[in-house]
Amino acid sequence: MKLSVPKESLPTEKRVAISPGNVASLMTLGYQVTVQSGAGQQANFTDELYEEAGAVLIDDSSPLWGEADLLLKINPPTDEEVTLFKEGATLISFAYPARNEKLLQSLGQRKVNWLAMDCVPRISRAQSMDALSSMANVAGYRAVVEASHAFGRFFTGQITAAGKVPPAKVLVIGAGVAGLAAIGAARNMGAIVRAFDTRPAVKEEVKSLGGEFLMLDFEEEGAGSGGYAKVMSKEFIDAEMKLFAEQAEEVDIIITTAMIPGKKSPVLITGDMVKSMKHGSVIVDLAAEGGGNCELTEPGESKIVHGVTILGYSDLPSRLASQSSRLYGNNLVKLVNLLGNTENFTINLEDEIIRGALVLDEGEISWPPPKVEVSVHVQSPKGPSVVKPIVEKKSIFSPGVMLGGLCVLLLALGWKGESEFLDQLTVFVLSCFVGYMVVWNVSPSLHTPLMSVTNAISGIIVIGGMLFVSGSNPWIAGVAIFLATINIAGGFLVTHRMLKMFRKE
Amino acid sequence: MTEGLITMAYLVSGLFFILSLGGLSKQETARKGNIYGILGMALAILATFASGEVENFKLLIPLMLGGAVIGAVLAKRVEMTSMPELVAILHSFVGLAAVLVGVVSFIDPSDIELTGTNKLIHEIEILLGVFIGGVTFTGSVVAFGKLRGSLSGKPMLLPGRHLLNLGMLGASIWLGAQFIDQGHDQALISLLIVMGISFVLGVHLIVAIGGADMPVVVSMLNSYSGWAAAAAGFMLKNDLLIITGALVGSSGAILSYIMCKAMNRSLANVIFGGFGTAGGSAATASEIKGSITETTADEVAEELKEAKEVMIVPGYGMAVAQAQHVVKDITETLRGQDVNVRFAIHPVAGRLPGHMNVLLAEANVPYDIVFEMDEINEDLPEVDVLLVVGANDIVNPSALEDSSSPIAGMPVIEAWNAKSVVALKRSMAAGYSGVENPLYFKDNTNMLFGDAKDTLSAVFSKLG
Repeated sequence: MKLSVPKESLPTEKRVAISPGNVASLMTLGYQVTVQSGAGQQANFTDELYEEAGAVLIDDSSPLWGEADLLLKINPPTDEEVTLFKEGATLISFAYPARNEKLLQSLGQRKVNWLAMDCVPRISRAQSMDALSSMANVAGYRAVVEASHAFGRFFTGQITAAGKVPPAKVLVIGAGVAGLAAIGAARNMGAIVRAFDTRPAVKEEVKSLGGEFLMLDFEEEGAGSGGYAKVMSKEFIDAEMKLFAEQAEEVDIIITTAMIPGKKSPVLITGDMVKSMKHGSVIVDLAAEGGGNCELTEPGESKIVHGVTILGYSDLPSRLASQSSRLYGNNLVKLVNLLGNTENFTINLEDEIIRGALVLDEGEISWPPPKVEVSVHVQSPKGPSVVKPIVEKKSIFSPGVMLGGLCVLLLALGWKGESEFLDQLTVFVLSCFVGYMVVWNVSPSLHTPLMSVTNAISGIIVIGGMLFVSGSNPWIAGVAIFLATINIAGGFLVTHRMLKMFRKE
Repeated sequence: MTEGLITMAYLVSGLFFILSLGGLSKQETARKGNIYGILGMALAILATFASGEVENFKLLIPLMLGGAVIGAVLAKRVEMTSMPELVAILHSFVGLAAVLVGVVSFIDPSDIELTGTNKLIHEIEILLGVFIGGVTFTGSVVAFGKLRGSLSGKPMLLPGRHLLNLGMLGASIWLGAQFIDQGHDQALISLLIVMGISFVLGVHLIVAIGGADMPVVVSMLNSYSGWAAAAAGFMLKNDLLIITGALVGSSGAILSYIMCKAMNRSLANVIFGGFGTAGGSAATASEIKGSITETTADEVAEELKEAKEVMIVPGYGMAVAQAQHVVKDITETLRGQDVNVRFAIHPVAGRLPGHMNVLLAEANVPYDIVFEMDEINEDLPEVDVLLVVGANDIVNPSALEDSSSPIAGMPVIEAWNAKSVVALKRSMAAGYSGVENPLYFKDNTNMLFGDAKDTLSAVFSKLG
């Protein structure tokens, strides 16, 4: 089967669907990988790198599209590209089906299967294919880089010979994947980071990255479905806005990430708040694509209002093209893996992930998929581990019973036994107890030497042999002596050898 | 020497043995402990020589010298990875020696004619000595074969094996009763038959136990060899043998108990359970969702270079692949770069109690960076990279998370709490318990497939 990776046609797009590192994994699945020349140029992946990895380079787009059974892209195809598809081909890319209905119809006429990376359900099993998260991660990081570029000062506080530099204060609104990445990046650059989110569950994660979690004096759970926050009540929003207004006066940089899928982004930073900010402050609006969280954001642009730089870039992942392409490519390969290798290529609708991602099924629009319950807390990599206490089994061999049994046995023996035997028994029982007490103290790391020493000293049976070697059957006793001496010598020497190896620093 | 002097010499030698075991409690005093043991043994043998009861020196001296030479050669040649085999075969020697001493003491009775209860007690002692010795002997030989791999490590389960065991035990008791009533010559035949049965029983008991349960088996046989020596002490009326036997017996018993506790199983379950066959089979374990992520030596090396805290969890796979030296090389390089490298050892890792500690010591890893499971589990969330080298069940989260799992309740090293886990493994095959390991499917786990020594050597070459 032929797999093609075309060059992205959007002029602002610098990313490419797969990195050269992904070519090999696709080839092991049986695909013949074709990459359009120059596809990775802007992400720093040269044609040679792809060629070395085993891909075929092709310049002309019509055979590239027309012969492909599977196409890997980032952005949805343009109208012109739609005409290039072979009938029955499969496309994997972002689709945004809610706002691309026309495109769905026109692609549907070409009987195309379309798997949308943005529709991969947010369930634990699909985390490795969650391109939205990967891109959000990049965007969050890049937001901090853009902010620091526009910001006229250090992030970190310093005391220098030339005077004291206060640390920058950063407010991150929304602690999703992008928000957390921004918190981590800003923290690492030395800024004081505060974060706000309507979901109290993310508090731990904010703290783990070194951020301070701002709390509202208000009770309302903000977790909605699909790992996004839900729309909150009016009272809540009022309290929230009051908090932002207070913070705006104080902080130097605001990064907003509050997006609601398929809807206009909520306005969280009003024009007045912007006005109250210090001159030279920066706002990075990651929700610009949906209209922006800041009233004054102009999607796609950077502008300065009231001395505050407002960045509304919607192409942040593309501004870190190499990193984004690597992550996106890895996500893609995971999804392609689910389709099986080329010999048994199937789009298995039973698979929750495939069903969720499939927006066109042989030309039929299959979006939105039937509702599936998804986990609330997708970002958290580790859930609280359920540790069950180890069940102590009730045994009839409890210490009390054992001791009681021993007493009865000893009494019975004392009743019947002869004094010489009883003397020996005394020695035996006492020795058992001494052994018990002493051995419990042995450090587990010395258990092997303990075994070899006990091995050696149980060679004491040699004495038994020696007592009979002068009798009528010297050879039987002799063999016993021989074996026991092997034990004594072997046991002690090997212990010595082992103990010599144990060393302290 | 007078009898009184000899008794006192034996007593001192017994004290030396106690000091010897006591010395092993700490690394610092362990070597002294071994020397006490040697002193005690030398004193005991010299005292016996001097007792005047030993005459046949022409036979005795060459035999002892021969035995000592063979023992010394064994001790010198043995690979540390083969320690379990050596320990097992040495147990079998004690077992066989105990059998022989029992038999010869019956054929060659001392001058004093015993009567009544004394005779009865004496004969029971002989029987017990021979029986325990016999089981120890063949059981250890089988364990040796399993550890070497010359016998299959899989449990061999005969139909009705419990009945078979009970039958053999019953027959031995019945024959023992005959033995006590019979005249000398007939009784000897009964005794030899009991010996034969004990040999078969030893084989049968141990073939039914799987390879990975060998730590328990070896420590159990250690205990048996002690009891056999103690029984010989009773029959020879020798207090030193009794003391020593009791010390060794209780030491082995404690080790077996510790090993069982570490697997959350009872001794009876290990010996008679035939793991994975009774009740919960692997099929009932819940299915694992998710996919595994493979990684390369390059990536692991990169990850290690960037880590601050590294933990290594070795298992039997490290011993099989003889990877302890390259593990140590990696440890040293990383520690040279100020990475805090530590080791976490599970009590039943390997095939012998403390096996991993010895292997690491052999590779010259300082023991103060080697920790026990209980000491280290709390620290795991701080660990940046955790390397699992050839271990499986001892890092299996289903022991804690899945109550239907066959290994449920077994204490494990909670590897998954580390920030990133790299599991080195030859293939995706399940551990000996047949339980799938969900650790490999976790998001923070990457798999590095291949022989541990090869893959780690590749990692090491990238570290430099």
